[in-house]
Amino acid sequence: MPLNRVSASRLRVEGDLTIYEAVALKAALMAALVDSPMLEIDLSDVGEIDTAGLQILLLIKNEAESRGRDIRFIQHSPAVREVLEMCDLAALFGDAIVIGRHDAAAEAP
Amino acid sequence: MNIDAALPTFVAECRDLLQVMEQELLKCEQDGADPDTIDTLFRAAHTIKGSAGMFGLDWVVSFTHEVEGLLQQLREGLFPLDHGRIDVLLKAADYISNLIDLVEQEGETPSAEVIARGEALLTQLAKVSSAPQSNAMTKVAAAANKITPATAKLERDPSTRFDSAHSWYISVHFGRNVLRDGMDPLGLLRYLKRLGRITAIATVCSELPNADDMNPEDCYLGFEIGMESEATQMELEAVFGFVRDSCRLRILPPRNRLPEYINHLDELDEADRLGAILMHCGALTSWGLKEALRLQAEADAASASGAAQHKPLGQLVVEEGLVHPEVVAAALATQRRGQERKVADASSFRVSATKLDALIEIISELVIASAGADLLARQGGSSELQEANAAVARLVEGVRNGALQLRMVQIGDTFKRFQRVVRDVSKEIGKEIELVIHGAETELDKTVVEQIGDPLTHLVRNAIDHGIESPEVRVARGKPAHGRLILDAFHDAGAIVIVVADDGGGLDLTRIRKRGEERGLIARDQVVSDNELCKLIFEPGFSTNDTVTNLSGRGVGMDVVRRNIDALRGEINIDTRPGEGTTMYLRLPLTLAIIDGFLVGVGDAQYVVPLDMVAECREFTSQDAELAKTQNCLNLRGTALPYVHLRDYFGRREAPVRRQNVVVVRSGNRQVGLIVDRLMGQFQTVIKPLSPIFGSIRGVGGSTILGSGKVALILDVPSLVQHAAAREAAVVHH
Repeated sequence: MPLNRVSASRLRVEGDLTIYEAVALKAALMAALVDSPMLEIDLSDVGEIDTAGLQILLLIKNEAESRGRDIRFIQHSPAVREVLEMCDLAALFGDAIVIGRHDAAAEAP
Repeated sequence: MNIDAALPTFVAECRDLLQVMEQELLKCEQDGADPDTIDTLFRAAHTIKGSAGMFGLDWVVSFTHEVEGLLQQLREGLFPLDHGRIDVLLKAADYISNLIDLVEQEGETPSAEVIARGEALLTQLAKVSSAPQSNAMTKVAAAANKITPATAKLERDPSTRFDSAHSWYISVHFGRNVLRDGMDPLGLLRYLKRLGRITAIATVCSELPNADDMNPEDCYLGFEIGMESEATQMELEAVFGFVRDSCRLRILPPRNRLPEYINHLDELDEADRLGAILMHCGALTSWGLKEALRLQAEADAASASGAAQHKPLGQLVVEEGLVHPEVVAAALATQRRGQERKVADASSFRVSATKLDALIEIISELVIASAGADLLARQGGSSELQEANAAVARLVEGVRNGALQLRMVQIGDTFKRFQRVVRDVSKEIGKEIELVIHGAETELDKTVVEQIGDPLTHLVRNAIDHGIESPEVRVARGKPAHGRLILDAFHDAGAIVIVVADDGGGLDLTRIRKRGEERGLIARDQVVSDNELCKLIFEPGFSTNDTVTNLSGRGVGMDVVRRNIDALRGEINIDTRPGEGTTMYLRLPLTLAIIDGFLVGVGDAQYVVPLDMVAECREFTSQDAELAKTQNCLNLRGTALPYVHLRDYFGRREAPVRRQNVVVVRSGNRQVGLIVDRLMGQFQTVIKPLSPIFGSIRGVGGSTILGSGKVALILDVPSLVQHAAAREAAVVHH
C-alpha cells in the first residue's frame, strides 16, 4: 500500500505518485477522506510525480471541498514542489509550501 | 512515467530522418546544394531534436541543437555548404545515429567516451560555422554542460532577445487516453520550457469529474500558457507532436491577432474564464479583448439582420485596420501548411513488422485450410460445393497476394545506403568511384531486403577495393580515371536479380584456377566453366594476398556472402572480362513465405516446383527414353536438354508408370527437364522450412503441407539444374 497512516489524522504517501500508483492511491485517499473530517497528507516521501499523480491531488482537493472536509497537503517533496510551481498551482495547494522549512510548517497545528 | 511505448516509434523515425539527411548530404556533394535540400536537412535535424526532447534525451537534444544551428546559418546563406561542412555534417549524422542506437539498446545515458566523441564533433561544427571563435567555444561548453538536467535549458537572455512581440499563447487540452498512451503532459511542459520562458500558466481542471466518475488513468487536464519564445509556430507545435492527434491544441502567435483570438474563444465554451486567462497571460490586452468581442458581436448582428454581404472575419479586421493584411495572409498560410501535412501523413503509415508477420502466418494457414476444403469438395462430388470452394480459393489467393504485397519494399533504399559506403571507402583508398543505381523501384520481400544488406556490402566493398583499379592504372589502361560501380535490380522468372557491376580489371581466371588446383578444389584436368571457376572465390579463405595479387582479400567475407545467399535460396553468377570488369548476378526468390507451386507426383510422393520456374510440360515419349539412354539428354525442339529423373534422384522404388511426363524448368539462362510420373496442377504453396538435419540434402528447398495433410517437398530447382549440368559436363568429358 502506498499510503501509510502515521496518526489518526495524518497520512503519508510513500513512494511515487505516478500512473502506476494512481488507481490504488485514489481508492485509498478517497476512503481516508470519507472516514476523517480532518486530514493531513504528508507528501515528503513522494519521489516522482506525473500528470496522473497531480490529477489525484486535484481530485482530493475538489472532493474535500465539496464534502466540507478539511484536507491539507503538507511537507511537499522537491518533486511535488517542482510540478506545482511549473503548473502554477502552488497557491491552490499552498497550505504549507514553505520551502526549506517543512518541519516548522508540519508542526503547526 | 512509462514512455517505452513511444520509444520504438521515435527510434524508427530518427533512423528515417538520419537516412534522409545522409542522402541529401551526399546529393549536395555531387550536385551542389540548393535551398530546398538545406531546408530538408534543417527540418530533419529539427524534428530529431524535438522528439528527443520529449524523451528527455538531453545529450541528443544539445548535440542536435548545434547541428541545427549550423544548418540554420546555412539556410540564411551566411556561408555555402561546401565539402568540408558536408563532411562534418555527415559525421554528425553518424554520431546521432550512434546515440539513437544506444537509446534503443540500453535506453541509458551515453558514456563519457561517447560524450567526448560528441564534444570533439561539436568543436568541428563550431569551426565550420560562421560564429566567432570565442562564441563558438562557449556554445560547446554550454552544450557540454547541458548533460545535467539542472542546466539543460536553452538559456536565452530575455532582456536582449525578447519583447512583447514574442509572447505566445498556447492552449492545450489533452485527450483522455494520453496517459495510457505513455505520454506525460508534464513532461511536455518541461520540454516546452526549454523553448523559451513561460510567463504565466494556468492549469485547467474543470473537466475533472467527481471521484466516482474519475478514472485515475484518464487525463482531464489542460493548460493555458503564456510564453516568450523565439521559436516558430511549427517548433512549438512539434512539442506536442506525439499527442497532436488526441489533444486540442491552440497556439496563438504573438501580438494581438484578433481574428485568431476570436476563433479561439468561439471554439471553447468557457469563454468567460478564458478571456480572463488570456488577459492574465498577457497575450491579449484588455482593450484587444474588448475590441475582439465587439467586432464579433457586430459581425453576428450583421449576419442576423441578413445584411447583403457577410464579411469573413479576417477581411473585416483588415479593413478595420486592426491587423495587417500580411498577418492574416501568414495565418492562412500556416493553416494551409497544416492541411498539406495532413494529406502527406495520410498517404502511408507504419505497421509493426511482427503484426505483418502474424498476418502472413494466418494467411499461410488459411491457404492450407482452403486447399483442404477444396480436396474434400472434390471427393464429395458436389459441384455446388466445388464452385463455392473455387470462389473462396480465388479470394484467398487475392488476400495472399495483397498481404505479400504489403511486405514488398523497394530496393532503392538499400541501394542508396551504398552511396555512403562507396564514398567513404573510395576516399579512404584514394580512388574516384561513381555509384550508378538502376532499378531502384524494383520490389522485393522485406525479409529478403533485410538479409541481403550484408552480402551486398561485401560485394560492393570488394568491387571498390579490388575490382576497380587506382586512377593511375586506369589512365594507363586507357580508361577514364573515374571508376564506375553499378547497382541494378530487376525481376526475372519469379526471382529478383541484383547486379553488382564494376568496370575494373576483372578476375584473373588463370590464377584462380591455379589456386583452386593447389587447394584441391578442382582436379588438374577437370573441365570447369568460367562461371564455376569464378565461384571458387566464394570458398572459405580462398584467396590470400600472396598468391592471388589481383584478388587480394577477395576471399575475406566472400564465403559469408555465399552462405547468406544460400540461406535465402538464392544463387550467384559471375561474369568477368579481363580489363573490362566484373559483374555479379545475385538471383534471389521474391518472397520467402508463400509461392505459386506446380505439383508433380513420383510414385506415392508429391513434389512442388515453383511455378515461376516451370517453362513447359510435355509427355515423356519413347523417343525421349531412347535418347536419354544413349545421349543422356532429351531433345527439346532440336536442342539438347539435360534432364533429371526424379525417381532415380530421390531413390524411389515404386515401379515406373507407363506414361511419364517432362517438366521443363528454368533457372537463370539454363533449362532442365524433370521426369515425373504425374502432373497434378497448380497449388498455392506455403513454404515451411526443413529441419536442419535435412540441410545436406541437395535438390530440396523446403516442405509444404498439402490439403490432404500430407507433406510434399519443394524442389530446389537451381541445385537440380546444377546437378544436371554437372552430370552432362561429366558425360561429355568422358
